[in-house]
Amino acid sequence: MDLKQDMNIKKIMHVLRHAPHGTIYTYEGLEMILIMATYDQDISVVFIGDGVYALKKGQETSEIGIKGFARTFPALDGYDVEKLYVDQLSLEERGLTEDDLVVDVEVLSSENIGSLMKEQDVIIQH
Amino acid sequence: MNIGILLKEGPYNHQASDTAYNFAEAAIKRGHTIDAIFLYNDGVLNVSKLMDPPQDDRNISSRWTAFSQKYGVKIFACVVASKRRSINEDVLIEGGVITGLGTFTDIATRNDRLVTFGD
Amino acid sequence: MLHTVNKSPFGNDTLETCIRFALPGDPILLIEDGVYAVQAGNRFASMIEAILQKNPVFALQPDLNARGISEIANGVTTVDYEGFVKLVEQHQVNSWL
Repeated sequence: MDLKQDMNIKKIMHVLRHAPHGTIYTYEGLEMILIMATYDQDISVVFIGDGVYALKKGQETSEIGIKGFARTFPALDGYDVEKLYVDQLSLEERGLTEDDLVVDVEVLSSENIGSLMKEQDVIIQH
Repeated sequence: MNIGILLKEGPYNHQASDTAYNFAEAAIKRGHTIDAIFLYNDGVLNVSKLMDPPQDDRNISSRWTAFSQKYGVKIFACVVASKRRSINEDVLIEGGVITGLGTFTDIATRNDRLVTFGD
Repeated sequence: MLHTVNKSPFGNDTLETCIRFALPGDPILLIEDGVYAVQAGNRFASMIEAILQKNPVFALQPDLNARGISEIANGVTTVDYEGFVKLVEQHQVNSWL
């Protein structure tokens, strides 16, 4: 049986649009994603705008006294959260490429992300 | 239609609590069911009974209590977010429930709509 | 899909971002500080006009009233909280924050 056909499984998209550390939205968003992942839902995570900074390599937070969490994103795979999408324009505007990110993602156009949004049962912006 | 509400900002600092409340009232007036209000991020501060605004202002946590009692809607606060922000059973308003994100997952998946209010 | 935007376009790119992802036909509802986008004669007039080519735009009347906005861009529809609920009845919701 294709699990995606199961009526109890909902398509839930989390949208991360805040930079890490400056506010708690992305960190608490990640906490929510990790818990929801244990409930067998069809979860995707999209990084838009400053949200892409959460994935930047080389973040070292010890001097600001805030727990770093960039290395949690590669661990999402272990929770069966495999759909990580990054908005291409947001990446380009920030002078970043996929090589600057801590995890393998799918870089998509806004049109493609917009179409994915349309398919969702629930969208949660953090 | 069954509607869940996610409220992600604290009272007063942002209009989110007020918009969520006004939306919820209007939805009920149109015959819909508000399944639950779930509080996340600073939103958990909505259920503190220590709230004591000036007399000429609305008391947002009392308003949630009245809303909860009138319509039988629970105001859930995420336990992890609550602990970070000094919200526990001792300061919890009537109608408020401290719970885990599993409750939110249920709310997000069992309703026809999830509407989010925040900053 | 209904998109809600609650930020003034003068200090925040949320409306611009939302528009980039909204599909043609998706309604855009401006609430809270988001309603400043549709005040007649502001510098977002041409942007609102362009959005209206593809997407219906709504603004929450109580938020317009609260902000002293009486003249709004042509083609924008005002709704009260009941109108907000009606839009939610018709569409899944993407609340841009």
